[in-house]
Amino acid sequence: MSTISDTEVVTTDDRVTPRRLPGVDGVWVAIGADSVIFAILFASFMQARLHNPAVFEASRHTLNMNLGGIDTLVLLTSSWSVALAIQALKRDLIDRVPRYLLGGALTGLMFMVSKSIEYFEKFAQGIRPATNDFYMWYFTLTGIHLLHVVFGTSLLSYLWVRSRRRTYHSLQRVVPECVASYWHLVDLLWIVIFPLLYLQKAA
Amino acid sequence: MSVLRERVTMVWLGLMVLTCVTTWGLSKDLFIPAVGVVGIFSIAAIKVSYVMLDFMELRYAPIPVRSAFQAWPVIVAAMILGFWFATPSLT
Repeated sequence: MSTISDTEVVTTDDRVTPRRLPGVDGVWVAIGADSVIFAILFASFMQARLHNPAVFEASRHTLNMNLGGIDTLVLLTSSWSVALAIQALKRDLIDRVPRYLLGGALTGLMFMVSKSIEYFEKFAQGIRPATNDFYMWYFTLTGIHLLHVVFGTSLLSYLWVRSRRRTYHSLQRVVPECVASYWHLVDLLWIVIFPLLYLQKAA
Repeated sequence: MSVLRERVTMVWLGLMVLTCVTTWGLSKDLFIPAVGVVGIFSIAAIKVSYVMLDFMELRYAPIPVRSAFQAWPVIVAAMILGFWFATPSLT
């Protein structure tokens, strides 16, 4: 007879289930690696700021803080919608899954449109990545993040099409769980990038 | 499955409120910069933590994996604040 320790099981909704990672382990290795890379980028940004706080503070004031805040609300809503899709899949409420995934994809698209508006604003003002160190970091961090958003929105659109054909259900949800985990990473990275660039006032 | 009674919905609402607090509250000049910045990045770390636990479902992940991921927002926020306090003041 085998026994299971408390650390290996978890109680949810009066059910005891083994602890598990959503999707496949490889996705979590990629998510972990991406998180470490972004942490190093954040540290590099802060180090650059350390040497020239006046330029960083003056440049920060040219960013559209309201749009950045709305972007955060949009991505949080997107993540929530995708989380609801996974909850619906687990309960075999497969009619609801496409609409939640569509919500995730459309909000991803909204973020892309918002970022495009912001970039056009900057270019119209003559601001380029080469303008100064702050803008180099602004375009690098938001640009790499935007590539993540484009990739994630494409994956969500693919899942949406497949879910309309009722491909996924409670016993077949590995791919949606992998995409959802990646999409939440995109959300949490923006949760740090936004205050780092837009809200971090100088001492 | 009622959307309103889902835990992820409660977490989403909390995250939305915290975002409004940092964006349109703590970032203003109502506070000295140190208070504002510490508040903003502490809240960012809490938000990341909840995204990991409830959206990414790390609450139900094996403890070592969960602990490793939960360390990320703490380390990142501490690193940013460490650099911030080490940066010379403009005044």
